[in-house]
Amino acid sequence: MYWKNYTSLPKQFRNERVFDGCGISGYMNIDGKRENGKKIIDMITILNDRENGLGAGFAAYGIYPEHHDCYALHFLFDDEPSKSNVLDYLMDVGFIVQSEAIPTKIPPNVDNPPITWRTFFHPQEKKNLSEDEQVLQIVMNINENFEGAFVMSSGKNMGVFKGNGWSHEIAEFYKIQEYKANMWLAHSRFPTNTPGWWGGAHPFNLLNTCVVHNGEITSYGTNKRYLESFGYKCTLHTDTEVIAYLFDLLCRKHEMPIEISSIALAPPLFKEIERFEKNYKIALKNIRATYRSAMLNGPFSIVVGLANPIPTMIGLTDRKKLRPLVIGVSEDDNTIYMSSEEASFRRLMLDPNINFALKEVWHPKSGTAIVATMGRGLSRNGLEKPLEKIELTIEGDN
Amino acid sequence: MIENNIVKINAAPNNRPLSYKKLNKQIHNMINFKHKKILLDDVCGQRFIAASLQGNLEIEINGLPGNDLGIFLDGPKIVINGNCEDQAGNTMNDGEIIVHGEGGDVIGLSARGGKIYIKKDVGYRVGIHIKEYENKFPVIVIGGTTKDFLGEYMAGGLIIVLGLKFLPDGKIIENPHTICGDELGTGIHRGKIILRTEEDLEDKLGIGAKVDKMTSETEKEIRPYIEEFCQTFEIPLEMLFEKPFKVIKPISKRPFGGNYIGTII
Repeated sequence: MYWKNYTSLPKQFRNERVFDGCGISGYMNIDGKRENGKKIIDMITILNDRENGLGAGFAAYGIYPEHHDCYALHFLFDDEPSKSNVLDYLMDVGFIVQSEAIPTKIPPNVDNPPITWRTFFHPQEKKNLSEDEQVLQIVMNINENFEGAFVMSSGKNMGVFKGNGWSHEIAEFYKIQEYKANMWLAHSRFPTNTPGWWGGAHPFNLLNTCVVHNGEITSYGTNKRYLESFGYKCTLHTDTEVIAYLFDLLCRKHEMPIEISSIALAPPLFKEIERFEKNYKIALKNIRATYRSAMLNGPFSIVVGLANPIPTMIGLTDRKKLRPLVIGVSEDDNTIYMSSEEASFRRLMLDPNINFALKEVWHPKSGTAIVATMGRGLSRNGLEKPLEKIELTIEGDN
Repeated sequence: MIENNIVKINAAPNNRPLSYKKLNKQIHNMINFKHKKILLDDVCGQRFIAASLQGNLEIEINGLPGNDLGIFLDGPKIVINGNCEDQAGNTMNDGEIIVHGEGGDVIGLSARGGKIYIKKDVGYRVGIHIKEYENKFPVIVIGGTTKDFLGEYMAGGLIIVLGLKFLPDGKIIENPHTICGDELGTGIHRGKIILRTEEDLEDKLGIGAKVDKMTSETEKEIRPYIEEFCQTFEIPLEMLFEKPFKVIKPISKRPFGGNYIGTII
């Protein structure tokens, strides 16, 4: 692990480049049963050929049921003064319900590890600003203006644990095995276009949205300018951050259904759209035109976790399928697995202590979302056409 | 452990998968001891298995081999009892890869010889830039269906897609999905793609490809491979000739020549 650059990245490293690809994994229990982190650690560490020790992380949903109505803010601090600065600021803008260190296991030879901290927080009541919007502004403010402090995650009843190291090191450092979650996402990083540092590790989070990503977003500049016009601030020197903010913008702020949001991010080519029936043609063209600047270009496969209003896991690849994604469903239909490689599932089969069997494993179509919702199961399997199973009515002349 | 002249290697001793380097080293050790048949058990995503191996060898794999299986392979036969991942047969020169399951994306990337037989479906970009030269002739046969970019930039060799579906109870039926995705044979400039289908493929063609009718000459050319495929995976041969075959051919030897020198194509 790299015991430096916890909360900000020195200027001289901001243009470093190395080349290869990352590993992503995730699973969700449809019935909401919480499981410890052993399975997700196995799933991500088997993909160690996809990482180079420059970042890894885990996102866990449903880990703080005793504080489920508070925003769980996960922090990294460089030192005590920056910590008390941020906590003072939080007390000014809201109420801290509980504030404690995130338990870690620090290797004995490290002399200046980061301070890992979590705070259960309530913003003040304001008439014209929703709680979510307030927390969003607080997070953006801390990440932009507070030296020596970095917000890893800011959702309710969930948390992100990430750092600069190999996935097995990060799992051990944060004691991932001890958390119990109903949805897990994991990432092991092989940074290509941006340097490895603690804040640049995945998952990227904003409120309840978490994203793990393999690939690169070549439309980063366009997406960033688009997001900035809605008040988001991209401060983390990594392309994946725009995906997290785009999901927050489309799914939370604009209240778009996930199926439509995923089309906005990875729309079909105009050539393909021409082959659809009239209603679908109009709808697809309108989505593409309206969210032209939200479209993600470049190779990517992502797994996204959302929690509002119901926990949802989404898998999506780019339109030309330049990055891998495999889906598996457990024999009792209760668990949906996603991963970069089928090896993640195979690894769980090797374990004699868990009773693991898959009913089906498949490769989704490119640019097609896989959506699994807690309590409802798999609503889209990634093999449908865009807008299939969705009824459309067109209003006005087109 | 040796049974029936087959030496067995456990790729996950104590349920902990070996790294690909250690696994390949064990395979090399066994080859140094002049073993000709090797069985790998509990393979779990290790990459580069059997990389650059040469000569008369047989490797059987139980489990899931990782990316770049049989990369630069030059002669051996690899049989996989299950699925394989992406880039199997990457730049292979000679030999056979037989998969009793599904294949991932980019199978047979830049292969310049040898045979790859996959029983079920495969993913995107299968057979990208495979090429032939003198007596080197790569052949890829897919039992199921493929996705987009089949035979992209193909420079020789043969790809055959049969469009079958294998049910869990052993029955074989026609695959209900479309046989291939879009951009079929984009940039193809030599070689042939044979698809067993009645679908209209004109919409799916990529730049530089055209649909042609099956001739008796081509049928004669592909028949030995189809027969071998059917024998390997126990498919009744007569069933395959119930549907017509379509041939995808290049329209030119230099589909992108016009991009560089005026109007010549």
